[in-house]
Amino acid sequence: MLRREDRRLLLGHGQYTGDLVLPRMLHAAFVRSPVAHARIRSVDLARAAAAPGVAYVLSGIELARLLPTVPDHQVSLPSKWRNTVKHHILNPQQALLAGDKVRHVGEAFAVVVAESRYAAEDAAALVEPDFEPLPAVVDPEQALKAGAPIVHEQFATNLIAELAAAKGDAEGALRRAPHRLARRFHHHRYAALPIECRGVVAEYDERTQSLTVWSSTQVVHWVRREVAATLGMAEARVRCVAPDVGGGFGIKGHVYPEDLLIPFLARKLGRPVKWIEDRHEHLMCSCHSRDQIHDLEIGFDGDGRILAYRDRFVTDIGAFNPIGSGVMYNTIAHLAGPYRIENFSAECKVVTTNKVPNAPYRGAGRPEAALATERAMDLIAGELGLEPAEVRRRNMIRPEEMPYSLGIVYRDGEPIVYDGGDYPAALEKALAAVGGLDDFRRRQQAARAQGRYLGIGLGCYTEGTGAGPFEGARVRIENSGKVFVAGGACPQGQGMETIFAQVVADTWQVDPDDVVITLADTAAIPIGFGTVASRSTVTLSAAIHHASERLREKTFAIAANMLECGPQDLELRNGRVGVIGVPDMEVPLGKVARAAAPGWDHSRPAGIDAGLEETYYWEPPTVTWSYAVHAVIVEIDVGTGGVRLDRYAVAHDCGVVINPMLVEGQIIGGTVQGVGGGLFERFAYDEEGQLLTGSLMDYLAPTASDVPDIELVHLHSPSPLNPLGVKGLGEGGAIAPPVAIANAVCDALAPFGAEFNNTPILPEQIVAIVQRAAKRP
Amino acid sequence: MSEPVTIRLNVNGARYEGRCEPRKLLVDFLREDLGLTGTHVGCEHGVCGACTIHFNGESARSCIMLAVQADGADLHTIEGLATNGVFHPLQQAFHEHHGLQCGFCTPGMLMVALDFLRINPRPTEAQIREAISAVLCRCTGYRDIVRSIAAAAETMRDNSAGAPR
Repeated sequence: MLRREDRRLLLGHGQYTGDLVLPRMLHAAFVRSPVAHARIRSVDLARAAAAPGVAYVLSGIELARLLPTVPDHQVSLPSKWRNTVKHHILNPQQALLAGDKVRHVGEAFAVVVAESRYAAEDAAALVEPDFEPLPAVVDPEQALKAGAPIVHEQFATNLIAELAAAKGDAEGALRRAPHRLARRFHHHRYAALPIECRGVVAEYDERTQSLTVWSSTQVVHWVRREVAATLGMAEARVRCVAPDVGGGFGIKGHVYPEDLLIPFLARKLGRPVKWIEDRHEHLMCSCHSRDQIHDLEIGFDGDGRILAYRDRFVTDIGAFNPIGSGVMYNTIAHLAGPYRIENFSAECKVVTTNKVPNAPYRGAGRPEAALATERAMDLIAGELGLEPAEVRRRNMIRPEEMPYSLGIVYRDGEPIVYDGGDYPAALEKALAAVGGLDDFRRRQQAARAQGRYLGIGLGCYTEGTGAGPFEGARVRIENSGKVFVAGGACPQGQGMETIFAQVVADTWQVDPDDVVITLADTAAIPIGFGTVASRSTVTLSAAIHHASERLREKTFAIAANMLECGPQDLELRNGRVGVIGVPDMEVPLGKVARAAAPGWDHSRPAGIDAGLEETYYWEPPTVTWSYAVHAVIVEIDVGTGGVRLDRYAVAHDCGVVINPMLVEGQIIGGTVQGVGGGLFERFAYDEEGQLLTGSLMDYLAPTASDVPDIELVHLHSPSPLNPLGVKGLGEGGAIAPPVAIANAVCDALAPFGAEFNNTPILPEQIVAIVQRAAKRP
Repeated sequence: MSEPVTIRLNVNGARYEGRCEPRKLLVDFLREDLGLTGTHVGCEHGVCGACTIHFNGESARSCIMLAVQADGADLHTIEGLATNGVFHPLQQAFHEHHGLQCGFCTPGMLMVALDFLRINPRPTEAQIREAISAVLCRCTGYRDIVRSIAAAAETMRDNSAGAPR
């Protein structure tokens, strides 16, 4: 089914947050710290306040007097997880505007509200802060040393969280293992870079004393909850809507200070306030991601079978930690990947530095896990003289072992159980899709003889998807016969208006054109969770299913009364309820809805309440497991260090597929983002915490000529954990490319003895390796 | 703030007049003063291409142009592509081949593609990729955009006895 969203977007009639225009609207511009770490002595707003067109100026110092601080608004951890997993978590709260200190370049410490964004920026340049500079800490390992500058002095440490999980006896098994290898892997700092930056518009209505907040967000209910709590309002008086959102990928998956401050300003000033982030701001204040250093030690036998796996890693969380342990524990949960590992131990330290805060981005900890484990597989192969694919085959969990218990819990506290899938088949299909391994090795040999360097690399992963805690769906049959569904999901381009129209049309046997969907609006459904973590297809379709089941019961009870038969004789067909096997005995859904309405004359049987609507909050039992294998063939230009992707294939499994076109779009999109992470995208800071990659001239995103066509192979192992058998897939594509490319580059440059254990792989690094090898006698 | 200036121009075949400061960016003028919000701002420094419009017949990045430069000019934006609500072949192809997800880069992609196909109505896949390397997309990974443009090129060749519209 083609997309319902397309028409307005293709005509230029999409409505993104930046397109909103309200009467008497004012515009906000933030004053952001030019230094990485400083105490704020004072902020002189006088010149800014007097600038033309300025309505209001506010510093963090003043805001602290106007608004009480709101306690912890992070995602809560389920008690099952808290009781099972070793953890210690400190939680620094971020003020809406920095008042005591600035803790990263880009942190806002004042805001100007004016008649236009141009006037607001003019005035913002007139704000005069008095900073007492403090030394900055930019290296997470340095941040752990005694004497390091402390980002949050109330903790007296930069170590704000520690997590651990284990199974078996990793230490003992390591000691006994015939072979061991130890390596450090650094998955660097990069980010989602949606083409639409963030933005918030808020309007306070005096008549109803209510606020409407439009935000380019993935979590409208969370924003609404925090706005209400921060401003001391009833949730019923706050509405949050995400209009068209130009990409999210996780970076818009939590509540930012601006989501709360703009509504505050709108209520205070009695006029709508609009703030649209520009790209320079975005790169220095929208959350970065990844940035983990892993020290992995693996014990294995002579056949390449893993006997022991011990990983110690450090996450550079930046100045704050909006999503708590989420990303880091995701890493821990995904380190084992598709492999059988009896003795496992992972420990993580989360460290603050004077950089932009670190939050989830497509993959959310899984790419970091894949880099460590998948590089290790190739390194094991290298030590033993085996094909990397063969080492993987020997360690992969086989389909007959499903369901497979990993021995540790997931983020929801439930034991991880791989619920189905054929990892070895995915491996074979991915290799076949790039032309086969034997054929490649022949090509590689021939190429080397000509002084050309080709390499093949693999990246295998498993992915927990469809996470809880819940999602909500409200289903209503209208008098017109149309089916209205509201859900808590928040689309950012995935095509949800289309997918859920398909699901509802199928569930109710109506034409998709008779399905009306509202998403990303807290007014349409009271409780919702939002779209992060590859969850919405799974969770919202299940919620729709269960709400529909209950509603169908009621619908049949009323229709049975109208048709004078038993409910068990009825079926849904073509927008009607009819007696099975009797084509003439049927009644349109709309007529049943009218019959269900309250009033003097109704057709409800005794005991059936009025209305034809159900709301259901589905709480998944646990995550369901997608997986994939990426295979890439590269050619290296040893003169320039350029890496050309010759062929790229993905063999993936996301269970039952609702819309193949949209599924492919998600995988390809994620894969290209992963290629960006592997080769191009990078946040760089200097020793003083200055952001060196502050524009798209320096932060390079992949363009169309940087990636080959990507071949997709589909496998289907339906999920047993939800009614439709679906699994999530939104993030998956981004997990494997950095490590698949790293493996391919190492394979290509094996004659030079190259090891690339860090991302990204830059041309100058390749050139350096080649030149160093050339100098050896 | 300096004195506003008057700007008169054609956009999508219609005459417009507006007044703004000389320093106002063309993309902001289109979006705010003329209410044509189909053209998007992705970076304000001329890299991402979401702001691409046609300026006197050629594609141009409106975020690094000033509105005053458009005085007397003939502009085309995404809002002018369809005719009476009927999709241009490029729009139809993007719809059929899933050439958009979030839609934010799409105005830039469409305007670049249209300009490109006028210059090269029979492109290879590699040529299409090179042409659209001017516009960043984070959602699609480009494959379906390339396929959309290839399909549109074929339709436009079939449709026309003369040059594409």
